[in-house]
Amino acid sequence: MLQGWLQIGLTLLLVVLITPVLGRYIARVFLAQKTRLDPLLAPVDRLLLRLIGVRSQDGMTGWQYARAIFYSNFAMALLLAILLFNQSWLPFNPTRLTSPTWDTNLHTIISFITNTNQQHYSGEVTYSYFSQFAGLGYMMFVSAATGIAVGIAFIRGLTGRPLGNFYHDLILAITRILLPLSILGAIALIAAGIPETLAGPVLVPTLEDPAVQQAIARGPVAHFEIIKELGENGGGFFAINSAHPFENPNGFTNLLETVAILAIPSALIYTYGIFANNLKQAWLVYCIPFALLVGFVVVSAIAEYNGNPIVNTALGVNQAVNLEGKEVRFGWAQSALFAVVTTGSMCGAVTGMVDSMMPLSGLVTLSNLFLQIVFGGQGTGTAYLFAYLILAVFVTGLMVGRTPEFLGRKIEKQEVVLASFLILLVHPIAILLPSAIALVFPDFQGISNPGFHGLSQVIYEYASAAANNGSGLEGLADSQPSPIALATGAIPSPTALWWNLSTSLSLLAGRYIPITALLLLADSLSRKQPVPATAGTLHTNTTLFTGITAGVIVILGALTFFPVLALGPIAEAFQLTQGMR
Amino acid sequence: MSQHQPSATEPQRRSPGGRRDDRRHTPKVNRKGIYQRALRSAFAKLDPRIAVRNPVMFVVWLGVFVTFLVTLDPNLFGTVSDHVAQQRWLNGIICLILFFTVLFANFAEAVAEGRGKAQADALRSTRSDTIARKILPDGTVQEVNSTALRRGDQVRVVAGDMIPADGEVIQGIGSVDESAITGESAPVLKQPGTDIASSVTGGTRLLSDELLIRITSDPGQGFIDRMISLVEGASRTKTPNEIALTVLLAVLTQVFLIVVATLPAIATYIANFLETTLGTQAATQFRSGSSIAILIALLVALIPTTIGGLLSAIGIAGMDRVAQFNVIATSGRAVEACGDVNTLVLDKTGTITLGNRLADEFIPVNGHAVADVAQVCLAASLFDETPEGRSIVQLAQQLGASLDLTGKQAEGIEFSARTRMSGTDLDGAEYRKGAVDAIKGFVRSRGGQVPDTLDQAYEQVSHLGGTPLAACRGNDIYGVIYLKDIVKPGLRERFDQLRRMGVKTVMLTGDNRITASVIAREAGVDDFIAEATPEDKIEVIRTEQAQGKLVAMTGDGTNDAPALAQANVGLAMNSGTQAAKEAANMVDLDSDPTKLIDLVTIGKQLLITRGALTTFSVANDIAKYFAIIPTLFAAAGIGALNIMQLKSAQSAIVAALIYNALIIPALIPLALKGVEFRPLTADQLLRRNILIYGIGGVIAPFIAIKLIDLILPIA
Repeated sequence: MLQGWLQIGLTLLLVVLITPVLGRYIARVFLAQKTRLDPLLAPVDRLLLRLIGVRSQDGMTGWQYARAIFYSNFAMALLLAILLFNQSWLPFNPTRLTSPTWDTNLHTIISFITNTNQQHYSGEVTYSYFSQFAGLGYMMFVSAATGIAVGIAFIRGLTGRPLGNFYHDLILAITRILLPLSILGAIALIAAGIPETLAGPVLVPTLEDPAVQQAIARGPVAHFEIIKELGENGGGFFAINSAHPFENPNGFTNLLETVAILAIPSALIYTYGIFANNLKQAWLVYCIPFALLVGFVVVSAIAEYNGNPIVNTALGVNQAVNLEGKEVRFGWAQSALFAVVTTGSMCGAVTGMVDSMMPLSGLVTLSNLFLQIVFGGQGTGTAYLFAYLILAVFVTGLMVGRTPEFLGRKIEKQEVVLASFLILLVHPIAILLPSAIALVFPDFQGISNPGFHGLSQVIYEYASAAANNGSGLEGLADSQPSPIALATGAIPSPTALWWNLSTSLSLLAGRYIPITALLLLADSLSRKQPVPATAGTLHTNTTLFTGITAGVIVILGALTFFPVLALGPIAEAFQLTQGMR
Repeated sequence: MSQHQPSATEPQRRSPGGRRDDRRHTPKVNRKGIYQRALRSAFAKLDPRIAVRNPVMFVVWLGVFVTFLVTLDPNLFGTVSDHVAQQRWLNGIICLILFFTVLFANFAEAVAEGRGKAQADALRSTRSDTIARKILPDGTVQEVNSTALRRGDQVRVVAGDMIPADGEVIQGIGSVDESAITGESAPVLKQPGTDIASSVTGGTRLLSDELLIRITSDPGQGFIDRMISLVEGASRTKTPNEIALTVLLAVLTQVFLIVVATLPAIATYIANFLETTLGTQAATQFRSGSSIAILIALLVALIPTTIGGLLSAIGIAGMDRVAQFNVIATSGRAVEACGDVNTLVLDKTGTITLGNRLADEFIPVNGHAVADVAQVCLAASLFDETPEGRSIVQLAQQLGASLDLTGKQAEGIEFSARTRMSGTDLDGAEYRKGAVDAIKGFVRSRGGQVPDTLDQAYEQVSHLGGTPLAACRGNDIYGVIYLKDIVKPGLRERFDQLRRMGVKTVMLTGDNRITASVIAREAGVDDFIAEATPEDKIEVIRTEQAQGKLVAMTGDGTNDAPALAQANVGLAMNSGTQAAKEAANMVDLDSDPTKLIDLVTIGKQLLITRGALTTFSVANDIAKYFAIIPTLFAAAGIGALNIMQLKSAQSAIVAALIYNALIIPALIPLALKGVEFRPLTADQLLRRNILIYGIGGVIAPFIAIKLIDLILPIA
């Protein structure tokens, strides 16, 4: 048991140690200060910018920034669409895969462009190597970079700077942050035994019957794997994601992947501290997601360690670790940690079946998806966190007898509209409405496990889509037959069609509405004349205010979902303890 | 006031210092029957056209309507229960409580409005039409009704007449009783050309003499008319913070609408599952948990009705509190801006110091004795009727000086802005006192010498923060009179309080730097501008505003008007000119500039009250969730979450709703009175208020709902 807690503690310690180093580096990159990579990469930046005809000093307004994101993302989505629909005759397709159903492609495109990587398919039997590394891999970089750009633009606006230029930020995010880190990480992963090859599946005789051959899928996994974690993407090369021994073979790769997931979203808070010249506030704000993360990991780990009471009774023991759906090489502690980290940070990679975890783990992972700030998505998580802070300033700031202000900028109608709308309204709409529809029409559902757990499955699916997380509680009939199956006469499933289309809407709503609102919010803040701080100014860099923000986050962010949490994982937890089957 | 001659001609003004409570008075407001009227008005506000203006409460109002329908026929929206009678009973109770919730919110607003109305009525009673003597261009007098007067008309008013409309005195001197608007019983002297004392207000009464007045406002647009519409709330528009808060409340309402609207689908799904595992009975019980009436009850419990119901009452009461201080604000925005003010720009004279400086000491020069100086000063001040002059006479007499005027030729020399001195010609001897420079010039013109000791005395007085006047007899300078500026009592403490609240005070004075710095130190202001001109005033305001600060100032002269308009909060004195009053966004009927400090407090109190009740309202949701959800869906096995151990789902819902309804009237006094303001720093205030309204808002409903549940006769 102690070993498990040590694994959790050391991993989180590593994350905290990396935060200032990476945070400072990101700040240098986006504050246009010199970095060591400049001599090598500055010409590349300049070339790229000249190629697309953008001058880096051309500033953008919030709305221009948002439009640049829409246009560029739409263009990238079109490129991906051409690639996926035509993969049958494109190169690097050793298994000669044809294109999957149109709705699978549509869902995949939207899912990857929104940095979600919700997968309603099994990678190894659906998409060719080329589709995976040139199409999906490309998306993993650009969608993550888009997120970082939004986060940086938001921080700039918050601290009274012009928002900057999206294309320039996008390029910097890739060349200075994602690409260098990915190259280092991929080399480490290859060294640790992850394959990186263009050769097709290998056929081996099985041990039981040497006459029978088994095809073992492989491919260019290592580079795909690192950007999957680093960019909060989460889309696995293989169907079972990081549980696959070729994606995550051992303790070292698991540690590296877990840390990689948290590295950028946590560092961005430190980056804010440098931009705002207020590291104290950065560390205080850092405490909010970190405390929630630790709390959630503890709840989940204890639940997994203690196991299922019904199973325990049947076995006649007090406690037996719940290992169903887990990789034994990771055990209860690393599995629980990974589940909480991946849902909190909107990565969505999995090392085990969340569906088989204890209800309390379901509770914390769902809460992660609802809150979206337990370090949250790439760039957007940090922005959300500060949008919550702005809301907290507004709700409680009036109590000091002044128009609420954050960093000297008054929070007025415009800011409240944007902050409350994007934080409070979009998420419930994108989760609860489609869930209700799915639950009313049993034909849509394809729920494998009816009851409280079934409710969790549906809510989780939409929450994962709306939060741009991408992990699944699974158990839903949401996958169309693979191209191979289709070729042998399988019929597309109506439930999969429903899930593909309905989650696509949640994916889009959960990505582009908040991004627009965040950018407009940053824009409007950056244009305000700062009010000098006096004794009458509410200081937001105090422990008290940080505590209040945490309270506001929990009350406003989580209470909205109290009914579904109560009837989903909480009811399921009581069901287990009360022995009701 | 903006020009500060070191002279004795400062117009005297009523400047009541003293405790804040003493200054709070309301002009003859009849508050009898206010609650009955408010109750009637609360019903009138049920009109959907009025109700729709408050989105949060309108949702509740719609809830009343729908629950009324399901009381008539519980199965209107599909069969929810076989026990129709029981269901109808519950629906009826929910409908009734929701109705009262709306009514309580209306009542809160009506009480606040009623107070304003009472004040408006008091004002209106002064507004009876009178007959005015209009002077036609050919000089003849025509008697017309006061409502027929137009801007630019001239009227003659004689003692005993009501002044027919706002105007400017162009001829005559007379004393006017302004108690109808100011509540101050002492009559005020009005005369032409004096900038300050020349404006008269319609509805006040001339007590003596005769005045010729040029009318400055058209009917219905006079000062009192504007005041009436403002205190009545007729022209009330929402303030920026109120609008932002309304947006937040509307968003919260929509969020909970979505939560509640999707609940039936979720509940039905779970109910179908329970039917297969636990049987029909559990499923039915579960389904009844999502009947229309209960969903509406849940919705109303969750949306922020507490702050939604009290928000407008808080705003109106804020205006009313300002009115209670006898200040008329032209908009709620101005009151709210008071809370945000960073810098107060204050005139020294009349605001920081008492209007009158008093002689404190005679400093002899040229080798004269103090007694001689006293004698000269006494002679020079014989005809000086200003408070300064009288204080000099008094001091001289205390020092033993006396003057026998029998058989002597005495003539008073009046002060003029040009000579800057006054005095007496007594049997050929010229006794003069005045500004030190002026006396120096006078003595030189008479062939006298100016001793070095004069400048020493001058500086000595300046260093003490006083105003030095020189006194001479002919070409011989006798000495310097030390006129002491008296800082108003209690101001230092109030400036300290302001500083703690983060408000900076800047003093403007015409005095020289040394004097100004001494007074500034004594009064405890943060900054001062010496030898200031009216242009300096507007410059100070602009500089502060350029740094993003909000500035408040007071003024009364016509040359203050641009600065009053430039300031974020401009408080004009009622005794001031029409131009000043129009440029300002607040008018103090008592003409007490220190009220600016009270206004800052009121503005802050207004914002704090809003914030506190919002926090309270949102924090309440935790308890309401814990009361309703676990009991409602107990069949799902989540009964353990019923930490309050409420008796049943029905009892829990009714208890939560009753709490939700009763908390509105319970908080009306707080909304009207405002959260008690303490001059603390923002962080201290936050700590205190979050403890009371945040933590308190989490805990209070747990206790209250549990108690109501215990009392309720529902099983």
